[in-house]
Amino acid sequence: MSHIQVVEGSEAVALAVKACRPQVISAYPISPQTHIVEWLAKMIADGELETEYIRVESEFSAASAISGASATASRSYTASSSQGLLLMTEVLYASAGLRLPFVITGVNRALSAPISIQVDHQDTISLRDSGVIQFYVESSQEVYDTHIAAFKIAEDHGILLPVMVCMDGWILTHSYEQVSFMEQEEVDSFLPPFQPVNFLDVNDPKTLGSYAEDDVLMEFKYAIHEAMQYAKGRIKEIFSELAMVTGRDHGGLIEAYRTEGAEIILTAMGSMVGTVKVAVDEFRSEGKKVGLVKIRCYRPFPFEDIWNAIRGAKVVAVMEADFSMGSEGAVGMDLKAKLCGRPDAPLVIDFITGLGGREVNKGTIAVIVQKAEEVLNSGLPLPEPCWVDLNPAILQ
Amino acid sequence: MNITLGTVVKGGTSLDYKTGSWRDQRPVIHEDLCKACGQCEMVCPDSAVYVVDEVYIIDYDYCKGCGLCAYECPPDAIEMVPEEK
Amino acid sequence: MSIPQIARHEALFTSGHRACHGCGIALAVRHILKATGKNVIVVTPTGCLETFSSPYGYSSWGVPWIHHLFENGPSVASGVAAALKAQKQDSVRVLVIAGDGSTFDIGFGAISGMLERGDDVLYICTDNGAYMNTGGQRSGASPTYSSTTTDPAGKESLGKTQMMKDLPAIVAAHGAPYVATASVAFLKDLQKKVKKAMKSRGPRYLQIDTPCPSGWGFPPERTLEIGRIGIDCGLVPIFEMENGKITSIRKIKKKIPVTDYLKAQARFRHLFADKRGQAEIANIQAIADRSIENYDLIRRSSKE
Repeated sequence: MSHIQVVEGSEAVALAVKACRPQVISAYPISPQTHIVEWLAKMIADGELETEYIRVESEFSAASAISGASATASRSYTASSSQGLLLMTEVLYASAGLRLPFVITGVNRALSAPISIQVDHQDTISLRDSGVIQFYVESSQEVYDTHIAAFKIAEDHGILLPVMVCMDGWILTHSYEQVSFMEQEEVDSFLPPFQPVNFLDVNDPKTLGSYAEDDVLMEFKYAIHEAMQYAKGRIKEIFSELAMVTGRDHGGLIEAYRTEGAEIILTAMGSMVGTVKVAVDEFRSEGKKVGLVKIRCYRPFPFEDIWNAIRGAKVVAVMEADFSMGSEGAVGMDLKAKLCGRPDAPLVIDFITGLGGREVNKGTIAVIVQKAEEVLNSGLPLPEPCWVDLNPAILQ
Repeated sequence: MNITLGTVVKGGTSLDYKTGSWRDQRPVIHEDLCKACGQCEMVCPDSAVYVVDEVYIIDYDYCKGCGLCAYECPPDAIEMVPEEK
Repeated sequence: MSIPQIARHEALFTSGHRACHGCGIALAVRHILKATGKNVIVVTPTGCLETFSSPYGYSSWGVPWIHHLFENGPSVASGVAAALKAQKQDSVRVLVIAGDGSTFDIGFGAISGMLERGDDVLYICTDNGAYMNTGGQRSGASPTYSSTTTDPAGKESLGKTQMMKDLPAIVAAHGAPYVATASVAFLKDLQKKVKKAMKSRGPRYLQIDTPCPSGWGFPPERTLEIGRIGIDCGLVPIFEMENGKITSIRKIKKKIPVTDYLKAQARFRHLFADKRGQAEIANIQAIADRSIENYDLIRRSSKE
C-alpha cells in the first residue's frame, strides 16, 4: 500500500531516486535543481540512504563521474539545469555512444545570455541530438513515477542509454503537491539491481572507448538510433507495467487528451500541460472541438503515437518553450518533418511560448486557439512561427 | 569487422596487428656476447623481446626496429642491421 | 626458438599497439602495469596513449580500460572509484594514465576536484611536453623556449616564453599524500614508485618524463638517454614527496650543462641557430640551476 504526502517537487524526485537504490550519485549545485541534491545529501547525512555521493567541482565532472560509475556496473544519478546541462553536453553524447545507462533530472531553466533562472525548455531541447532519452513531466506525481521508470528504461538491455527526466524549474521543483509514494518492496520488485551487459571487470577485461575509423563510425551511430526506435515500444511497456503496480497511468509516449473529433489539437510539454488541459475543458464546454496531445517522451520522437492522435484534425498548434535560432521551434520542426508529404496531414503552426518564464496562461492559450482557428478557416499555413505574447513595444 | 555494443572490444586484440611491418632495420642478438642481463627486454616499448630458457629472442612480428635494445645493451651484443625485403 | 603464444597474450599491455618507434609512453605503460598487476581499472583521456592503444578492434589493454573524453580522466576515475566502494571491491584499484595536455591544461579543473575530494585514484601523467597526438601543440608542460606548432620558433619568436606549470607542487598543495616524479630512463625506479603508490589509499600522483622521439626530434634509440640527460642537467628533477615533505631525491652524480640536452633535440635547435638563442640558453641554464637548488639534486661533498 502506498502512502501519500504533500512534498516539495524536488523532494519527490529525491525520494524516487532513493527508492531506486542508486549506488553512486554526483552532485553540483545550480538553480533550480539544487534542492534535489540537497534533499539527497540530507538523507545520506541522516543515514537514510546508503550511496556514494561525489561532490564534484563542475557539472562536466558530475556527468563524467556517473559515466565512470555506470561503466563500473553501478546504478548512477545526477541532476542539473540550464548552463550545467550544456556543460555536460559532451559527456552525454559520449556516454550515449558508449551505451552507458544512468538517469539525470534535467530541471528546465532558460539559457544564458541574458542569464535567467526562469523556466523554459531550451536547455534540455538543446540536447535532443545526443542520444539521451528525454521525458517531460507535468506534475510532482508524474515526476516521481517517471524517475522510477527511467532507471528501468535506461538499463534495459535493448536500450542502454542515459535517460533525462525533464521537469520545470521552480514550478515543479519548488512547489508543494500531494504525491503518492510506492512501498520500497514494490519498487524493488519493479526495478531489480542493475545488470550491465559490458562493464569494467578485472575478471573479464574489456576496452571501452576505442576510436572508430570511417568504416564503422556510421554504424555505431545507427545502432543508437536503432536502440531509440526499439525504446519506443519498450517505454510504453514499462510505463504500463508501472501503472499496474501504482494504479496511476500517465500515458505512454504521449497522452491524448480529448482529441476525439478535435479539429484543432494543441501539443505541449512540461507543466504548462496542466494549464492547457483546463483550457481545453473550457473550449469543449463552449462547443469548440479542441484537444491536446501531451508529449511525454520527446526523444525518441513519438511520431507514430502523435499521428494516431492528430489524424483527422485540421490544425495542430505546437506550443513550445524553445527556439532554434535562425529556423523554428524544435518540436514544430520534428513534427513538420515527419508529416511532410503525407496527403492527409493537418496544418502545423509553431507557437513559441513561455521563454524565460513568461507565463503561459489561459489568455495565452486563447490567443493560440484563435490563431489556429484563423488558419483553419483560411486553409493557409502561417509562414513563420508565432512568438506568442511578444511585446513589440520594447523591441528597439 | 562488425560493430559491437558501445564500441566494446576485448583486450589483447592488438596482437592481430603485426607492427613488424614498420621496420627498416632489425635487431640481431649475438648470443656469444649476450650476458642475459635482461636490459633489452626491459627497454622495449613494444614488448618484443622474450626470454626462453635464458636465451633472449626478438619477436619480429612486432619489433618496430626502434633500436633501443641495441643502444642500451651493456655488452653491445645487439646489432641493428638493415631490414631485407 | 619461437615466442610462446601464451606469453604474448599474458602481457597486460600487448604488442601490436601503434605507438611511434621508441615511444616513451608505451615503455612507461608496460612498466606501470607490471608494477600494479591485473587488479586495476585504467582510465585514459584522449591523447597519444589512448589513440595508439585502442583503434577499434585492436586493443592493447589486458586490464579493464575506459577512454571517455579529453578533460574528464580524473572525474571518470572518481566515479569508477565510487562504484568500487559502493560494491565493496577493496582489492580493485583505479588508475588514470593521462598525457600532459589533459593533466596540465584541459583536465586541470577535474584533477583539482579529484584531489580536493581525496578520491582513491593513482593519477599518472606521462609528460611529453606537448599535445603530441595532434602534432605537437604547446601545452602548460612544454618546456620554456621549446618550439611547438602553436608557439613555434620563427623570425620574431624563440618559442614558448612561459615557465612550465609545476604540477607536482600544485598536486602537493592540494594535500595529496604521495606525489612523485619518475622517468623511463630509470625503469626499476618507476616500478618501485608505482608499487609504493599502490600501497596507500587516497589521491596519489606520479609524473613520468616520457621523451618523445617524434615530437622532440631525436633518433628513437636515444629515448632513455635523452631522459638521463634531462635528469643530469637538472631540468627533470626526480623525487618523492610524502605528506608535503620530500622523502627521496635522485641525486645527480655528474652535473652536465643544459646545452647537452638542448642540442640533442630538434625542438630546441633554433636556440643554436643565431645569437638571440644564447640569452635563452642562459635562461634555461638558470632554470636548471634553480631546480637543482630547490630539490637539492647535487651530491654535496663533505667539505661543503
